[in-house]
Amino acid sequence: MFPCFRLGPFLLQLPGLALLAGVWVGSSLAEKEAARLKVNSADVYNLIFYGLVAGIVGARLAYAARYLSAYLANPLGLFALTPATLHPDAGLVIGIAVAVLFGWRRKLPLRPTLDALAPGLAAFMMALGLAHLSSGDAFGASARLPWSIYLWDDYRHPSQIYETLFALTIFAVTWKQPLGSGDGLNFVLVVALSAAARVFLEAFRGDSVIWIGGFRAAQVVGLLVLGVCWWLLRRWAQPLIPKEVAS
Amino acid sequence: MVVALALGAVWTFLSRVPPAATTGGAPPPSAREGFSAPEFTLDLLGGGQVTLSNLRGKVVMVNLWASWCPPCRAEMPAIENVYRAYKDKGFEVLAVNTTYQDGEAEAAAFAQNYGLTFPIPLDRTGAVSNRYLLRALPSTFFVGPDGVIRSVVIGGPMSEAVIQSKVEELLKETP
Repeated sequence: MFPCFRLGPFLLQLPGLALLAGVWVGSSLAEKEAARLKVNSADVYNLIFYGLVAGIVGARLAYAARYLSAYLANPLGLFALTPATLHPDAGLVIGIAVAVLFGWRRKLPLRPTLDALAPGLAAFMMALGLAHLSSGDAFGASARLPWSIYLWDDYRHPSQIYETLFALTIFAVTWKQPLGSGDGLNFVLVVALSAAARVFLEAFRGDSVIWIGGFRAAQVVGLLVLGVCWWLLRRWAQPLIPKEVAS
Repeated sequence: MVVALALGAVWTFLSRVPPAATTGGAPPPSAREGFSAPEFTLDLLGGGQVTLSNLRGKVVMVNLWASWCPPCRAEMPAIENVYRAYKDKGFEVLAVNTTYQDGEAEAAAFAQNYGLTFPIPLDRTGAVSNRYLLRALPSTFFVGPDGVIRSVVIGGPMSEAVIQSKVEELLKETP
């Protein structure tokens, strides 16, 4: 775990840098894939950019809205470079909503656009694993194994390394063996494999949110996502609608 | 895919966490969110001692700082303002001076210059900084009334709004 290092007067947060690198690599891959699938690559890049900016701004505004009096008294606090004052769930929802709205307004074809995003998403998941490794987040359960890491005052499963390796495998599978060409199946495959990985790996985590009955929340959500992916794979495995091919 | 779903459901069932694992008492001490704040007893600037666990029931902000650190200097007025506003509601600040890499005289002059009224424990040996995995100054740990770390801010300066939002959230839990 190595969350930050000082470079002169600057304190560099390594998890943030890993995520930034993931966004950069992911968006570059998405642009290339968009060009291959004959989707407007500039539009795909802008979709990612606007979604990302809206997500970050939305996460900060949602956090500030919870503590309105504090931020009304000190509005400059909105610009603080403190990840601890973000509302990640709200940011995710707002980011996706803005990206969807942008894609709808630019009339981007749904399934080819999703396929264009697939390798970038898989690459970003690798960066997310590295960010977790750097910050010590998403840590593993206590375990005395030859490959355990010492983290947070205990020997633990190196869950962040598991996560990164699975993400690397998913990237390799979806990058080298795309299911189709713009039919949306590659994107569904990335999401399905990521959900399956989460269902499997969550059992080794030490920070799971536990629901009634001792069920781990991430596993239950992962199963639901897998179910939706199964439904989509069955539905989208049909030949493309001519209108979508034309666009 | 159906097989994956079925295997996933079985795995989810098998990897349930026994209720005892989540209700078995306070989390172990470590310097991160969700863990108990590592215990310490330190001498205070100006005399006396403070023990973290004696503040159980209060919202505590443990801030590690040094007088030569520019962001530490920048955020101190904000910390002082929030302390004055909330200290009667159950908020306490322990501004741990990293004395092993600073100096008591410098810390005292700093406190006087900024008119700081909260307790300033002195980490003369670096043991507390080490226990809190100090990697950058300032580092701040927001500890709930139950002694569990709820938020960590590495680096600074923190704005008054940031500190206030964290404190307000935790004060809701005080009796």
